[in-house]
Amino acid sequence: MLLIDCPCCGVSGEETEFAAGGEAHLKREGPGSSDDAFTAYLFERKNPRGVHFERWRHAFGCGKWFHMARSTATLEVFGVYAADVLAPPQSVLDRIEEARSEGRVK
Amino acid sequence: MDMTLARPLMEGTADSGAGGLKLSVQPLRGMVTLRADLSDATVAKAVKDAVGSDMPGVRKATDTALWMSPDELLLLCPYGEQADVVGKLTDALADTHHLAVDVSDARTLFRLEGDTAREVLAKGAPVDLARGQFTVGDLRRTRISHVAAAFWQSGEGPDVFEIICFRSYARYLWDWLEESSREGSMPGVL
Repeated sequence: MLLIDCPCCGVSGEETEFAAGGEAHLKREGPGSSDDAFTAYLFERKNPRGVHFERWRHAFGCGKWFHMARSTATLEVFGVYAADVLAPPQSVLDRIEEARSEGRVK
Repeated sequence: MDMTLARPLMEGTADSGAGGLKLSVQPLRGMVTLRADLSDATVAKAVKDAVGSDMPGVRKATDTALWMSPDELLLLCPYGEQADVVGKLTDALADTHHLAVDVSDARTLFRLEGDTAREVLAKGAPVDLARGQFTVGDLRRTRISHVAAAFWQSGEGPDVFEIICFRSYARYLWDWLEESSREGSMPGVL
């Protein structure tokens, strides 16, 4: 069970109140891109054992989208951050690095 | 446009032996969704003038204004006055980015009261309903069993909950609440 703090409304809720929206920070391949690049954009997803950046929505609550970094192995949540950014903030990366140094995640 | 759907989807009250629990479908209420920047003083004044309520805090409810999300309120008024409320908001916020819509017929309102009311809700909602944690004026927009719902404690006391859900789910939620209110089914932890 994931315990998630919604960055939009501040609720500390459990995972059933939220809906997963898949891998985060995908770059859309627009007109002029190669077939391979577009195929990769549509279908190819990371499936790591460890740190994963994801999109989530507070579906049963405030309804807002946001980003989350978590470990797929231990379900540890490293941090949540705004939906409208292209990369995770340094504070979240720092927490992941800390977890790595303590051996909690690969 | 004059649309009249002045009929609750369902009617009923149920008394359970468990702690004198009473479950009822509430009469229709006017409901108006307002989306706007809630920190804007103009919006706060418009809400005050329209339904007489101060701006509710995050996850708080007043008698006539419910916090729904960081940019959304659900305003309550007597059924039939919702068009006036929308009109007042639209006039007051003419120069402010906003959306005010009459959604009175979208939701059904229940009321659950009794010593064990919070135990019933805690069976279906992932919310800390301990007495010290969820008190008068608190609101949560969450799920109950499988359906989206919101509930809050009306000002009448610590054992009176008002619950709203979309009217298409009303029968399901009614059945769920009734089933969950049965005598002898309370965990007895709250």
